[in-house]
Amino acid sequence: MTDLLTPDEAEALLLSLRVSFVAVFAALPFAVAAALWLSRTRFPGKVVIDGLIHLPLILPPVAVGFLLLVLLGTRGGLGGWLYQSFGIRFVFSWTGAALASALITFPFQVRAIRLALEGADPGLDAAAETLGAGWWDRLVNLTLPLAFPGIVAGLITAFAASLGEFGAIITFVSNIPGETRTLPLAIYSALQSPGGEAEAARLSLISILLALLFMTLAELAQRRMKR
Amino acid sequence: MSLEVALEHRFGAFALDVAFGIERACVTALFGPSGAGKTSVVNAVAGLFKPRIGRIVVDGRVVLDTEADVFVPARARRTGYVFQDARLFPHMNVEDNLRFGWRRAAHRMDEHAIEGVVDMLGLARLLERRVAKLSGGEKSRVALGRALLSSPDILLLDEPLAALDAGRRAEILPYLERLKETGLPMLYVSHNVDEVARLADEVVMIADGKVTAQGSVFDLLTGLGVAAVGAVLETRIVAQRDGLTVLGFDGGELVVPEVERARRVRLRAEDIMLAREEPRAISANNVLPATVVAVAPHGAQADVLLAMGKARLVARITQASARRLELSPGVPVFAVIKTVIIDP
Repeated sequence: MTDLLTPDEAEALLLSLRVSFVAVFAALPFAVAAALWLSRTRFPGKVVIDGLIHLPLILPPVAVGFLLLVLLGTRGGLGGWLYQSFGIRFVFSWTGAALASALITFPFQVRAIRLALEGADPGLDAAAETLGAGWWDRLVNLTLPLAFPGIVAGLITAFAASLGEFGAIITFVSNIPGETRTLPLAIYSALQSPGGEAEAARLSLISILLALLFMTLAELAQRRMKR
Repeated sequence: MSLEVALEHRFGAFALDVAFGIERACVTALFGPSGAGKTSVVNAVAGLFKPRIGRIVVDGRVVLDTEADVFVPARARRTGYVFQDARLFPHMNVEDNLRFGWRRAAHRMDEHAIEGVVDMLGLARLLERRVAKLSGGEKSRVALGRALLSSPDILLLDEPLAALDAGRRAEILPYLERLKETGLPMLYVSHNVDEVARLADEVVMIADGKVTAQGSVFDLLTGLGVAAVGAVLETRIVAQRDGLTVLGFDGGELVVPEVERARRVRLRAEDIMLAREEPRAISANNVLPATVVAVAPHGAQADVLLAMGKARLVARITQASARRLELSPGVPVFAVIKTVIIDP
């Protein structure tokens, strides 16, 4: 890799992969819970909750980043408390980049999992119940395994989308080489420096290849689900 | 084993108001047309549906009593449910499906019980098979085995044969008969009189959400009862000869196409011919002396109830024939039944 990329570029690529990986897997349990909640229950105001979950899809990412900064900055209410009490700090840290990515790509995961859950035959759940399986038992041994292709598709789509996140990251955790400078931020930085076009082009090409790879994987997972 | 069911519920314009009790019955059929509410009754027994008002007692155990606020959830009811559409778990193979309920049973059978059920249902070859690769009949058998292995107090079968074609039905029925011999109580939902005649001991007839009749299968399906089908005879094997089987019943013997095991025989009223004198030189193998008990005319036809020992048979003939033969209660006749017409 070092032959193709400069150390800085390689660093940006690896950081991007790490941030996205942590983002999607940390969000996964919450996405499963949200998808279960939305697919299994009916309650007044469900439309609002549904809209809130999907909000990051429509909102400008910069706005999401700004909201996170207000909420979780060390001088923000929640962020200040976390920093004072536990020493947990998201701003200027790669974990903050992961948090921003997780939030932005959360709707992708919820959508895919919810589709899989709603496509499952509710009769199977009833059958498992008559065979003595309780709620948690059915969730772990029936519902989630049956939704597995959907979960995988959601993970991959969210991962691919996360690799491209720019606005929320740069607003929330800034652009620090080796810490928060992911691929899109590296491309932006390269363009800001004179003669950086070649670097930007190389990084863009990597981004395109990664996006293609993951979208293909997601499509394959979706097809498996339909079978 | 006793079963007590009483429910009231409204589904839009459809009102379900069903009550029946079974003192001691092996197989109870809920018999009636589609849409009569039979499945809702079974779902209530299984705990998959909670009626507005109801009380259900299975073998002395109250599993539902809306007045006393008792509702035992489905997972703790110990009912084995065989659904019409099998509902096997598609992400598991046959063996894992079979073990699903076994593993979760309150009183788990020992490992050998699995082999026993696998043998009884002929599943040995299928254990490693994926569910998607099973035929309809195989799916039914696996669903049956899965329910059995959950050590249920009662087995609920909701039209387990309805989704199968005639050939598959004939393939599964003997398994259900074998299951019946194990003595496990069953509540069997069906709209098919053949299945009910072959399997049921007690019949609860349901139409439009109400119980219209209840009684033993012999009372309801034979004689001039509400759902008369001709005759239902409990038989034993007397002899095997010339590729035919002689079955004995309370009142005579019947020559039928070769069968290996004694079983219930159902005769259709239309298939029974009557003669005043004993016909000789006739191809029919069965010429059985009987006495006319009653003649019930309807339209151009007449149903003639016959007594043959303890057995009751109904022959459906034309009014014209009934007049010509001067049939009336007490008249001795011969019932003529062709062997080939009897389902083996």
